[in-house]
Amino acid sequence: MAQPVIPDFGEASECVSENRLFCPDWVRDNWDPVLQPALVQHIQLTLIAVGFGFVISLGAALAAHRLRFVERPFAWVSAVIYTIPSLALFQLLVPITGLTVTTVEIALVGYTLLILFRNTLAGLRAVPPEVLEAARGMGLTAGQTLWRVELPLAVPAIIAGLRIAVVSTIALATVAAFVVSRGLGGPILGALRLDFRTEIIAAGALAVGLAVLADVLLVLMQRLATPWAASRRSA
Amino acid sequence: MILAALDVFANSLDFLVDRRELLLEKTWEHIELSLVALAISILIGVPLGVALGHLHRGSFLAVNIANIGRALPTLVVIAVGFTVLGIGFTNVIFALVVLGVPPILTNAYVAVDEVDRDAVEAARGMGMTPIQVLRRVELPLALPLLFAGIRTAAVFIVATATIAAIAGGGGLGDILVNQAAYRVEGLVAAALCVSVLALAADAGLGLLQRLLTPAGLKQQVSSFEPDVRPVV
Amino acid sequence: MRERRQAVEIVFDHATKRYPGRAAPAVDDLTMTIPAGEVCCLVGPSGGGKTTAMKLVNRLVELTSGDVRVDGQSVRSLDETTLRRRIGYVIQQVGLFPHMTVAENVATVPKLLGWSKREAQERTDELLDLVDLPARDYRSRYASQLSGGERQRVGLARALAADPPLMLMDEPFGALDPITRTRLQNELLRIQEEVRKTIIFVTHDIDEAILIGDRIAILREGGVLAQYDTPERILAEPADDFVARFVGADRGLKRLSLTRLDELDLEPANGAAGPLLEGETTLRDALSAMLNDGARSVVVDGRDGTRRVLTLDRITELLR
Repeated sequence: MAQPVIPDFGEASECVSENRLFCPDWVRDNWDPVLQPALVQHIQLTLIAVGFGFVISLGAALAAHRLRFVERPFAWVSAVIYTIPSLALFQLLVPITGLTVTTVEIALVGYTLLILFRNTLAGLRAVPPEVLEAARGMGLTAGQTLWRVELPLAVPAIIAGLRIAVVSTIALATVAAFVVSRGLGGPILGALRLDFRTEIIAAGALAVGLAVLADVLLVLMQRLATPWAASRRSA
Repeated sequence: MILAALDVFANSLDFLVDRRELLLEKTWEHIELSLVALAISILIGVPLGVALGHLHRGSFLAVNIANIGRALPTLVVIAVGFTVLGIGFTNVIFALVVLGVPPILTNAYVAVDEVDRDAVEAARGMGMTPIQVLRRVELPLALPLLFAGIRTAAVFIVATATIAAIAGGGGLGDILVNQAAYRVEGLVAAALCVSVLALAADAGLGLLQRLLTPAGLKQQVSSFEPDVRPVV
Repeated sequence: MRERRQAVEIVFDHATKRYPGRAAPAVDDLTMTIPAGEVCCLVGPSGGGKTTAMKLVNRLVELTSGDVRVDGQSVRSLDETTLRRRIGYVIQQVGLFPHMTVAENVATVPKLLGWSKREAQERTDELLDLVDLPARDYRSRYASQLSGGERQRVGLARALAADPPLMLMDEPFGALDPITRTRLQNELLRIQEEVRKTIIFVTHDIDEAILIGDRIAILREGGVLAQYDTPERILAEPADDFVARFVGADRGLKRLSLTRLDELDLEPANGAAGPLLEGETTLRDALSAMLNDGARSVVVDGRDGTRRVLTLDRITELLR
C-alpha cells in the first residue's frame, strides 16, 4: 500500500490533518452526507435479509415439524452456506447476479437460515407432550393446535434465533461493501484505503452500536411477547 | 444470465488449473495465518474459560462475550486494528484473535460450568483434589462442547482471514479483493478454494469432535453442523 | 346462563382394539353399559388396557372392531373434533397451556364452540368457584404459579367448561401427594353431586375406585373385562381369583369402609359403653376404634338425638 494520504478538505481541522483517532468536528460535518445514509442503508440491508430469511426458515421449520424428512436436507444446506466465508459467497454469486444489492441480499439471507431454522424447529419441538395431548383431547384441530398452542410457545426460541440472526447480519453486512457500496462497510473500506482513522472509528462504532441496540430491542420484544415466562422469572 | 455465469465458472476452472501454484501458495498462507490465530485463541480462551467454569465465576461476562464477539463486524475489527497497529501480519493476527477468542471462551466456560454437578460432587466425595476433579471428571465431560467452540472459532477465523487481505494479511483474500488483477474468474476460483478450505476445516474438526466424545455421552451434534447455540 | 346438559349413557359393544404386530389385543371384546350420570371406574394392572378402553370413547384411539355408543350414537358417526368438544378430558399431567392464563385455559372449548365473550367469562368464573379457586384471585394467574393440586382443579374446570354430558379422566390425581389427592377425590364427589355427569375414571388404585365409583370395571391383562359391578358386590363376591387378589385380601375391611354409622338402623345404647364417634364415621374406622380401645362396641348420637350402639357382633352380621 502507498504512503497514507490525508484527504484535503480545504479547511482541514487540526484534528483531521493530524489523523487522530476520532475527530468530533468531522463526524458532525459528515453525518448528513456520509454516515447517516450509510446507516440507513445498513438497516435496510439487515431488515430485508432477516425478513426474507425468517419467512423461509419458518416455512421450512413448519414443514420439518410435520414431515421429518425435510429437516436433514435443509439443515445441511444451510450449514454449508453458513460455513462458507462471506466474501467468498459474495464472489461466487457475482457471476450470476452481478455487482448488485441482490447478490448481497441473497448471501445475507443464506446466512440467517441455519440459526433461524434450528431455533424455530427446536421451539416447536419443546412444547410439552401433555399439553399437546390435552389440546387434542379437547377437540382442537391440528391447525388450531399449531396456531394457538405450538407457535405461541415456540416464540421465545424464535426470538432468540432472531437476536442472533439480526446481530450477525449487521456484522456481515459490512462486508457487502466489497461488492456494492451500500451500508456502513462503504465508508470503512473507503477510509481504509486512505488510512483515515476518524471515519473508520465512527462508522465502526455505528455498526457495533446498531448491533447492540438491535439486541436490546429484541430482548425487550421477547419479554413483551411472553408474559407467562415473567411469572417463572420472578417465581 | 445463467449462460454468462456458466461461462465465468468454466473460465474459473481454467484459472484453477493454470494458476494452481499461485492458489496453492495463497492457500498455504491462509492456512498458516488461520492456524497461528487459532492456536493463540485457544491458548487464551481455553485456560481462562475452563478456570472460570471450574470456579463457577464470572458467568455473565463469559456467556455474553460470545454475543459481543458475534456483534463485532469483522471488517470493523480489521479496520480498527489497522488504524491502531498498522499493516502486516501482527495486526491481522490481532484482529483474528479478537474474533476467535469469544466462542472458545464462552464454550469452554459453559462446558465446564454445566458439567453434571452430581458427578463432580461424587468425585470430590471420593477424595479427589480440585485439580484431579478437573482433570479426570470435568475436562473429559466438557470436551465435546469445548471442541465445538474451537470448531466455531476455526470457521470464524478462516472466514475473517479472507477479509484480512485488505490489511496486508495475505492468504486467499489477496486474490478476492483484487478484481483488477485477477478478474472475475480469478475471484471465483479463489472463492471456491476458500470455501472448500472452510468446509474441510469444519468437517475435519467435526470428525475430531465425534472421535473425542466419550462413548457414554449422548451427543446430538452431527459431525457437520456449526455450533450456533441459541442464547435465550 | 346456559341450560344444564343432561348426562348420557355410554355403551361398549364388543369393543376391540388390536395394535398391528402385537399378538394379544389391547382391549378384548369389551361389552358393558354405563348408565347416565354414573361414575364408572376402570381399574386394572398396567397394560390392562384401561386407558386404551377409555380413549376409544373420544377416538384418541380408533376401534379395530365392535362399537362404542354415546347417547345411542356410534362414536364413529361423528367427526372426531366435534365429538371431542362434547367430552371433558382430564389427564394426569393436566396439560394446562402454559402461555394462557387460568381464565383463558378454562374458556378454551367454549371459545372454540363460538360462545360470546361474556358467556365464556361468566361460565369461567362459575367453574372456578365450583372447583374452589376464587375467580377473583385465580383468573389471571399462569400455570407456573400454581401448585399441583391447583393445576388439576383448573384442569377439571377446563374440562367442565362447555358443560359436556360426559367426562373422561385418566388417573387425574396420580401425580399428587396423598393429602392433596384425598382432598381432590372428595372435591370430585361433591362436584359430581352438583353436576351429575357420566364419568369414566381410569385408575390403578382400587381404593380410589371404591371411593369414587358408582360402578367398577376391572380389566385384566389383555384388556379383558374381569368383572363389572358395584363396589359392594365386587368386594362381597369377586368373580374369580384374579379379582379377589386385585381387590386385596383385606376386602372384608374394605367393604366396611363403604358404610357410615349414620346410614344404619342401630339399637338404642341403653347405657352401653364404648368410644363415642361421629355419625360420618365409616364402619371400618369404628372397628378400628374398638380395636384401639379394646372395646366390643361403640356409641353414636342417632338422628333423633338418642344415643345408639354398634356392637362387634352387629358388624359381623352386616358383612354376611
